[in-house]
Amino acid sequence: MEGTLPLSAGPDLLYSEAEEDLRAAVRALLTDRCDAAVVLARQETDEPYDPALWDALTSGIGAAGLLVPEDLGGQGATAREAAVVLEELGRSVAPLPYLTSAVIAVEALLGCGPAGSDTVAGTLAPVASGRSVAVLAVPWSTAAGGEIAPSVRAAADGRLDGQVPAVADAARADVLIVPAHGPEGSALHAVEARDAAVTISPRVPLDLTRPIADVGFDAAPTRLLAGSGDADAAVQRALLAGAGLLASEQLGLAEWCLRETVRHTSERHQFNRPVGSFQALKHRLARIWLDLVSARATARNAADALATGSPDAPVAVSVAQALCSGVAVHAAEECVQLHGGLGMTWEHPAHLYLKRAKSDATALGTAGRHRSRLAGLVDLPAPMD
Amino acid sequence: MPRNEAPTPNPAAVPDADELRRRVAELTAAHDPATTDRADFLRARFDAGLAWVHFPAGLGGLGAPRSLQTVVDAALEAAGAPDNDPRRIGIGLGMAAPTILKYGTEEQQRRFLRPLWLGEEVWCQLFSEPGAGSDLAGLATRAVRDGEDWIVDGQKVWTSSAHLARWAILIARTDPGVPKHRGISYFVCDMTDPGVEVRPLRQITGEAEFNEVFLTGVRIPDRHRLGAVGDGWRVAQTTLMNERVAIGGGTVPREGGMIGLVAGTWRARPELRTHDLHQRLLGLWVEAEAARLAGERLRQQLAVGQPGPEGSAMKLAFARLNQEISGLEVELLADDGLTYEDWTMRRPEKVDFTGHDAGYRYLRAKGNSIEGGTSEVLLNIVAERVLGLPAEPRTDKDVPWKELSR
Repeated sequence: MEGTLPLSAGPDLLYSEAEEDLRAAVRALLTDRCDAAVVLARQETDEPYDPALWDALTSGIGAAGLLVPEDLGGQGATAREAAVVLEELGRSVAPLPYLTSAVIAVEALLGCGPAGSDTVAGTLAPVASGRSVAVLAVPWSTAAGGEIAPSVRAAADGRLDGQVPAVADAARADVLIVPAHGPEGSALHAVEARDAAVTISPRVPLDLTRPIADVGFDAAPTRLLAGSGDADAAVQRALLAGAGLLASEQLGLAEWCLRETVRHTSERHQFNRPVGSFQALKHRLARIWLDLVSARATARNAADALATGSPDAPVAVSVAQALCSGVAVHAAEECVQLHGGLGMTWEHPAHLYLKRAKSDATALGTAGRHRSRLAGLVDLPAPMD
Repeated sequence: MPRNEAPTPNPAAVPDADELRRRVAELTAAHDPATTDRADFLRARFDAGLAWVHFPAGLGGLGAPRSLQTVVDAALEAAGAPDNDPRRIGIGLGMAAPTILKYGTEEQQRRFLRPLWLGEEVWCQLFSEPGAGSDLAGLATRAVRDGEDWIVDGQKVWTSSAHLARWAILIARTDPGVPKHRGISYFVCDMTDPGVEVRPLRQITGEAEFNEVFLTGVRIPDRHRLGAVGDGWRVAQTTLMNERVAIGGGTVPREGGMIGLVAGTWRARPELRTHDLHQRLLGLWVEAEAARLAGERLRQQLAVGQPGPEGSAMKLAFARLNQEISGLEVELLADDGLTYEDWTMRRPEKVDFTGHDAGYRYLRAKGNSIEGGTSEVLLNIVAERVLGLPAEPRTDKDVPWKELSR
């Protein structure tokens, strides 16, 4: 009989009043502190992240601990609330390590079994409050459901050696959560990111608002979080939650692109009329709106499935990712095109959204990878040859 | 000031769900569905105000919130009561009735609504013309005043149920000398008038769901006009708005639509699988699931009283998906996709995708982006009414109808 109740009740695809209140608080903060000019101005500085904004979002609103139970120092909320935060962060392309730390690293830590419980709790509490930023050391393109073959080796004394390419937000991390292969199989370790044995080499990122770096370990000392029994499941859980909630970020991105493009084409006059009155443009904008209706339904469905621990979560997440990646990229590309020459300038923020959307489409598995995953999950097998 | 009476229940009070269940129990106790003749039961149901509870008392309703109809329907179904076969009389129920309720005189309401709901009189809709589809307000069917009557001449098209109908709702031009939206009036047309000729309109599937209707000297008494002379366009908006209300109902299961048929074939016949078809199938499966979830989300919004503009998105999405999925299905079937079920001329009573083969689905789905508003017009509506984009400059709004190009 397990599962009968939630399945028959079906997913709740709406926003609750509390979720709308949370949205309003996050939006007010971002409107005040993270408008497009601010994000642009930071892009080429040494500090792409805004520490004061992170502090306001985490210690002020408590957003970093939404997924963490109260007895572990968090807010005891669910993926539904975190999804609303991510919609707003997407809407403002905020350069904050929220998805990487408050969602993916937190879920990895919550997935660690009792083996490392004191270490896990000790690592989790400062991440839940936002005082510490944790990042899962896997390449940013890694999808849930695939084989996790760690490129890092753990020696018998627990020290780590190896390289992990393209880790998102690594340069902002205080703690790295590192899957590694050791004498007793796979394990999950916590490593201080500023340890002398850790090298973090920033790459020039396509998306300046979510920097990536290659991470190297040279006999790096660690704390064990989970052993072979739990490590893989913890990583899978983290990647599943990350991919599911990335859909909400993509939804927020696409919404901004549509809203700004509607505003621009309503105001911009050519041929003695607003360009938005031309049917060729109207239909393109209407199609983006249609995409958003579908994207919102899949993103809410994924967030609700993660929040309720539904057995349908892998399907819900892959459906959302297979759809929302393309929706966000299309909206951002249309935003650039329908802004005309303005859309090609550095000064206009459209490129920030395009770069984020295109990077998000690779992050945590491409749409194609999620469709292939669905083939197995819903029994639509590929041809045999 | 003597106060010698207990407060009496207010007879005008709006019944709630419990009260409606009580009235259903009363009805089924007095007219046992197991032993009562179907038509007799439906008449008793209408007269008890349980036909459409949001209609006024005396006209089949109780002035209750429309959302409570589901309570009545569920209680009647549980009691084993017959229904009025709503799919057979959808145009009457969904379009004619709300318009008669809003614009009809008391005499018209008493004459038409009861036999309409009971299904004793079938209705059809005489709106579209060969020269007036998306631009319906450009219609050319003329109605000319003759004493107490109007004489109507013209041609209507895409009329389902015309060959079964007793009555039609009709819009016709009563003043060609004013701009097109202002010269239209709205009538109830007697389909048994000798000037009404109904011909089946055969479509690309080989069958004829619809008709052409030729009107030659049809005489309509002025007391069968709905709304004021020249106000027909506004009256027609009520009809057309109700055409789009039909969304709702229950939760659709995953693979509940056309995608389920293709997925079933894919699983059952591995020899048909190719890599190209696999990628396209997965893409459409995702889109169909997204559309299903969007429909479910819309249903949840309506249930909590927050209807959004998403309804117009659903028609656009389903039209495109039905076409792409059925197209893929024909291709998937390889040699079997080269065959067709039956080209003989038939007259189906309702559209049903599942009872047919892939070729039929492919052809019939082509109508999904045309009927009930073309996808192109719906995209304009989304752009202008949902997104608020500026309207296209118009050249037809302030010109007398007779001066427009045709």
